[in-house]
Amino acid sequence: MGIAATEKRSIGAFIWDYLTTVDHKKIGILYILGGGFFFLLGGLEAMVIRIQLIEPNNDFVSAQTFNEMLTMHGTTMIFLAAMPIIIGLMNVAMPLQIGARDVAFPFLNALGFWLFMFGGILLNLSWFLGGAPDAGWTSYASLAMDSPGHGVDFYISGLQIAGAGTLMGGINFIATIVNMRGPGMTYLRMPMFAWATLITSILILFAFPALTINLFLLMFDRMFDTAFFNVNLGGNQVIYQHLFWIFGHPEVYILILPVFGIFSDVFSTFSKKRLFGYTAMVFATMLIAFLGFMVWAHHMFTVGLGPVANAIFAVGTMAIAVPTGIKIFNWLATMWGGNITINAAMHWALGFIPSFTIGGMTGVMLGSAVADYQYHDTYFVVAHFHYVIIGGTVFGIFAGLHYWWPKMFGKILNETLGKITFWLFFIGFHLTFMIQHFLGLMGMPRRYWVFLEGRELDLGNFISTIGAFFMAAGVIVFLYNIIHTAIKGEQAGADPWDGRTLEWSIASPPPYYNFEQLPLTRGLDPLWIEKTEGNGKIVPGEPLGDVHMPNGSILPFLMSFGFFVAGLGFIYQVDHWLGYIALYGGMAFAIGCMIVRSLKDDHGYYIPKEELEEALVEREAD
Amino acid sequence: MKRLLGKTKLLFLLSFIVLLLAGCGQENLTALIPKGYGADSSFYLIVLTTIVMTFVFLAVIIIYSIVLIRFRKKKGREDYIPKQVEGNKTLETVWTIIPIILVLIMAVPTVLATFDLADASDADEHINIHVTGKQFWWHFDYEKEQIHTSQDLYIPVNTKVYLHVKSDDVLHSFWIPSLHGKIDANPENVNTIFIEAWEEGVYQGLCAELCGLSHSLMDFKVIVVSEEDYDQWVQDMQSVNVDDESLDAVAQDGKALFEENNCMNCHAIGSPADYAPGRVPVGPDLTNFGNRDKFAGVLEPTKENLVEWLINNEELKPGNHMKNMDLTEDEAGKIAEYLMQLKHSDVTPESVKD
Repeated sequence: MGIAATEKRSIGAFIWDYLTTVDHKKIGILYILGGGFFFLLGGLEAMVIRIQLIEPNNDFVSAQTFNEMLTMHGTTMIFLAAMPIIIGLMNVAMPLQIGARDVAFPFLNALGFWLFMFGGILLNLSWFLGGAPDAGWTSYASLAMDSPGHGVDFYISGLQIAGAGTLMGGINFIATIVNMRGPGMTYLRMPMFAWATLITSILILFAFPALTINLFLLMFDRMFDTAFFNVNLGGNQVIYQHLFWIFGHPEVYILILPVFGIFSDVFSTFSKKRLFGYTAMVFATMLIAFLGFMVWAHHMFTVGLGPVANAIFAVGTMAIAVPTGIKIFNWLATMWGGNITINAAMHWALGFIPSFTIGGMTGVMLGSAVADYQYHDTYFVVAHFHYVIIGGTVFGIFAGLHYWWPKMFGKILNETLGKITFWLFFIGFHLTFMIQHFLGLMGMPRRYWVFLEGRELDLGNFISTIGAFFMAAGVIVFLYNIIHTAIKGEQAGADPWDGRTLEWSIASPPPYYNFEQLPLTRGLDPLWIEKTEGNGKIVPGEPLGDVHMPNGSILPFLMSFGFFVAGLGFIYQVDHWLGYIALYGGMAFAIGCMIVRSLKDDHGYYIPKEELEEALVEREAD
Repeated sequence: MKRLLGKTKLLFLLSFIVLLLAGCGQENLTALIPKGYGADSSFYLIVLTTIVMTFVFLAVIIIYSIVLIRFRKKKGREDYIPKQVEGNKTLETVWTIIPIILVLIMAVPTVLATFDLADASDADEHINIHVTGKQFWWHFDYEKEQIHTSQDLYIPVNTKVYLHVKSDDVLHSFWIPSLHGKIDANPENVNTIFIEAWEEGVYQGLCAELCGLSHSLMDFKVIVVSEEDYDQWVQDMQSVNVDDESLDAVAQDGKALFEENNCMNCHAIGSPADYAPGRVPVGPDLTNFGNRDKFAGVLEPTKENLVEWLINNEELKPGNHMKNMDLTEDEAGKIAEYLMQLKHSDVTPESVKD
């Protein structure tokens, strides 16, 4: 039941279907749509920042607006764009890759998405309700406490709600991979993307509670007059920084490890080779994740933690270069001796290698504590993390979208337009950010509303802004590509890329139950094994029988809406007692939905064996 | 540290020239032309890590290029199925061991430098200055010399100077790129660093931690003078007498207006007799104001600018905490004249630049 089937029904039924869906593929698409929307919003904010900095002493926006823009750009891109799109891709691909019919908790999956969406909307409502948060995406406590108005309150409530959704998503993926791998799909036969999903989810599980706690403490300080971070009352704002980065550093790996998985699949598929050093890749990913929890204080070298702490965290940080290096060389070795097809998806993957290597290089350089005294909080850092997050995560997202688009929508994204997007974006990206390394060292701190004339920073900033326009043009071409593909796109078969993993063994888009019979996995790259050693078809791992499916439900949507209203209530209860109505009302509504969910029996339904038999016969006929 | 420096001196020099040719930014602002001990330690590590990492980058790019040229799908072998290699123990060991060695090459000097810069055991023997960051200006309190000053930090050349940095409101970060890397100004504790400048001159200081609306305008200056000039300056600052100043008639009126409007509630001028250690005024200390290199961080110290500031400072520096004093242009002009004539020393940023 893909897009084609649903289009025949009325628009109302279509929307209702997506509001109530618990199907991992549809939720994945919702995540990508929602994340894509926020990606465009964050991109617009980035353009405002770059236009303001096109020349010295510019007054395109006021200092207040600028601080709001930089805060919302960072917050939006990380929490509302990059992470949701990645979770969307995980939702679409991971269950198919491990041979499962859905995730372990489909209802929770839907709830996770709607919490993210309502959290994101709540955060962005601040633009219309007195101003957005303005204390940076890190929202360091001393400045966040000092910020007047409700901007920072929207940051707290919005992220708290969205963060709860992400945490649920992480737990759900762990449960899915541990419990629902198909017959024969042992851990060490899982595709790298499934591995990356598992490890990332574990990171989410351990990292997000630190954020939750931190946001609660900040919320109590701002709304209920506690003094966790209020230095005048004996609080300590350095603790905020610690808690933030105990979450924040693993967060960077939450953004990058999944795309490592995407690239592993893409390189191996389009080189027609098995991933080189698969086991080493798995353990390198685990090691990166583990070390990722050990290095948070490298964001705090200038805080004054003392030489012992600085030295330990410096060495720990540099150590991450080792497993990351292993991965880079293993990807190169995967392509070595292969038969490489360079299509749009592969463009992004190939563009990733040099770009991300530069980001990794500067990462190691930043790890050297004394050198970091100069880099810290300058455009050098801005350049570094954009090289990692754009050169890694965003390139990976584009590669993943091109790679799985046919699986999601049954059509291949236009290759020519895809390549134009890549080149515009790739050139723009390096134009924008390469020069920023130098700007930082030449004395341009980050988050500067204006830079002054006569400091030899003019040319670099000008080049950087020009680059940003190239990137924007690339994104516009990609949007056009989506529309173009939807209207005139080439129909994709089940296996347009000569794939190696299970998702390519079923129709594009897949039936709502994914597999009539769960597939039998006989090794790494199961489809490839069947192609080379069997008849090219996956062997069923179970007899044909009735399939148990979950019912759709509007409750996740309603529950999230309840929390959204309660979030508004928390923000406004400091001004007016009406806020309490929203607070208690929203909470009561959400809890009411939970009670309904708990008390109402919902055993799902069965797809009768006959329907699956018909589908199988139809597939044989193709 | 010094020995390591010797070994890489050639590479160091070479890359220095390359960077110089590529444009390093403005002297006395850029971190790429270090002129003090701390900035030099950082720069040495920046160059070392850049060289090591460039080596890694080249290794990746060479293999990458070979892969792209040799193994791209070619006409006539579209259906070629490559050998499905599982891995290679030797190769994988090699690219695990080499990075570990490279990391060690970078880690050892990093650790040495970290401890070297944090060593404050000889602080008592040197000049100690308490630095306080406030939205959006800096205050300097010379402990032994009993001098208060704001925005312009005078220090002698080739001498260790200990700075004890804290914040009076939100988090700031104290940065003089050409002399020393950053140290955060925390509201809850004092961070100590030492700076040692190797050349006389006026150095640009910046705030590097987002601290509010005028974060980008929270500049200050470090004025590095000769040992004798420094002693002279200290003496001048210690002997300021506000009641005994040669002011012209307009400035006399300005002084009266300054007092009438209670400006001294926030802005101290002179009065070494009242020196209180650790006291931070509400607004910048205006002693020696006439010799400031810039005022309000970024403005040229001209009378027009000062008048504009007194009447409309929110426009010039959004979010600053100075009250609107409801002055007429004439009154502001007189006060400006008074402030411009507050020249308490002959050692000035101008005299250093010459």
